[in-house]
Amino acid sequence: MTTTTGSVRNTAPPKSPAPRLRSPRAARPGRPRRSVLLTVLTGVVLVYSLLPLVWLLISATKSQQGLARSFGLWFDRDFDLWHNIGTTFTYQDGVFGRWLLNTLLYVVVGAGGATFLAVLGGYALAKFAFPGKRAVFAVVIGAVAVPGTALAVPTFLMFSKMGLTDTPWAVIIPSLISPFGLYLMWVFATEAIPTELMEAARIDGASELRTFFQVALPLLAPGTVTVLLFTMVATWNNYFLPLIMLKDPDWYPLTLGLDSWNKQAQTAGGEAIPHLVLTGSLLTIVPLIAAFLLLQKYWQSGLSAGSVKE
Amino acid sequence: MTTLQPPVAVRRRRSWTGWGFIGPFVLVFALVFLAPLAYSVYLSLFRTQLIGGTTFVGLDNYQQALQDSQFWEGVARVGLFLLIQVPIMLGIALLVALAIDSGRLYGKDFFRITVFLPYAVPAVVATLMWGFMYGTRYGLVGDLDDALGTKLPDPLSADLVLASIGNIVTWEFVGYNMLIFFAALRVVPHSLYEAAEIDGAGQWRVITAIKLPAIRGALVIATIFSVIGSFQLFNEPAILQKLAPNAITTDYTPNFYTYSLSFAGQQQNYSATVAIVMGVITMIVAYVVQLRGMRKGA
Repeated sequence: MTTTTGSVRNTAPPKSPAPRLRSPRAARPGRPRRSVLLTVLTGVVLVYSLLPLVWLLISATKSQQGLARSFGLWFDRDFDLWHNIGTTFTYQDGVFGRWLLNTLLYVVVGAGGATFLAVLGGYALAKFAFPGKRAVFAVVIGAVAVPGTALAVPTFLMFSKMGLTDTPWAVIIPSLISPFGLYLMWVFATEAIPTELMEAARIDGASELRTFFQVALPLLAPGTVTVLLFTMVATWNNYFLPLIMLKDPDWYPLTLGLDSWNKQAQTAGGEAIPHLVLTGSLLTIVPLIAAFLLLQKYWQSGLSAGSVKE
Repeated sequence: MTTLQPPVAVRRRRSWTGWGFIGPFVLVFALVFLAPLAYSVYLSLFRTQLIGGTTFVGLDNYQQALQDSQFWEGVARVGLFLLIQVPIMLGIALLVALAIDSGRLYGKDFFRITVFLPYAVPAVVATLMWGFMYGTRYGLVGDLDDALGTKLPDPLSADLVLASIGNIVTWEFVGYNMLIFFAALRVVPHSLYEAAEIDGAGQWRVITAIKLPAIRGALVIATIFSVIGSFQLFNEPAILQKLAPNAITTDYTPNFYTYSLSFAGQQQNYSATVAIVMGVITMIVAYVVQLRGMRKGA
């Protein structure tokens, strides 16, 4: 992981737009001098952020006996990472692989769908005047203040009547709405799409759909990646919704599956498998961390654009 | 000025074309937000009993909730959590954002990315990880005890578990909040700094007179999100409960209580009522934060 961070850090600056934006300040004489003291002080927070991840990485290399006998922040004499990964994927007839595929399904359809709806909606709010627009805004913003978990019980009862509980739809459908994504796309679309460009496309005879897909969508790319990453995190990390909606372990996402492995130690006669819980945890976070590191220049520019406000 | 304000829309002739684009969002939104909300209110007005079935009881459930000490203990607990954890988390996030923005750090890109990383870690994994680390058997606390021959207080004991949860939540969201502040700091016009420099203002003065007022909107938003998050606290205590069954009860937070009422106690009507009361409390507090935040120096 450290090497990934290092290589990204070394290659990103020349390409990413961020340093270019900052360079005028850096080039000016009298720019702030770097401070060792400040770096060390901020480094405390850095260590705090990294320490549990390092602990997890090291723990995933240990056998169950190794976990108990060795110091947490150093390796045991046996290096069991590959063996642990193998066992994680084969334990209980390979249910972990099933959970991984479920998670991918929920992320692709749920987060993908949520992003698509947010992009469409944000574009509409930014670039069109339509009847009821104020009402839409008021209702969406008002609803955001309602705690999501307050809706969980009635949603469960509704879905249960519709026969949707214990199916992937029960997890996917509520994931399709991201008010934060809608808001971000709205702000982003307002800034990123010149209305003249849309007018020009219309004069050229392009339909509204074509204008959207060929003119607007490419300009919205950084905002779209940002929303996609954040909805991906939300769906990948979702716990409460699947917890109430799913009984069948075959439909569990990774989060719920790991939780059930951890609970297993507490049930009577259950086998304690901390080494698999930890290795599974590591496998669960690697894809998201990789996505954030690889796509950082997109989401960072998207996020700063989202905060532009005068 | 603030992110709560909708951006000014481009004036164009009003037509229904926009609905073609926002329609799908509104449709799903109605299904997963508005319908459950209405259903929740409906549920809260009824009561189901073994004898007599479901009957309309008016506001009886609300009256019960207002006098329910289990519920209010949970509210007090998340209230305490909010008052202590949120300022610590936002304070650290703000300090790191200011440090990175000051340009005085070595390797500031590395700082920004690394501090943000925990946000990508699921609450389940974060809680399991910290839960294990807190433990005396496999964890760092046990290791420290062995190495130093001490007997450190158990982070999972009833006295300390709320602070331990606070630490997990802080770890998860410091980077996220830092990024919100940092993004807001980035768009402060540099001409203001130059003017301050000419006037001979020091770093501290620049921070208090220029930077903090400029990002007030972001501070208010982050506070509101944190308030809502604290009042909704569920994942961390629910998962940690398996590791600390004696310290965390099933009514530990209001959300945990509604969950237990509904899925273990089969009291769906009362559970919906408690959820609504908690939702109203959350909205009131969030609204007060927004009013106060926007008024300061406005």
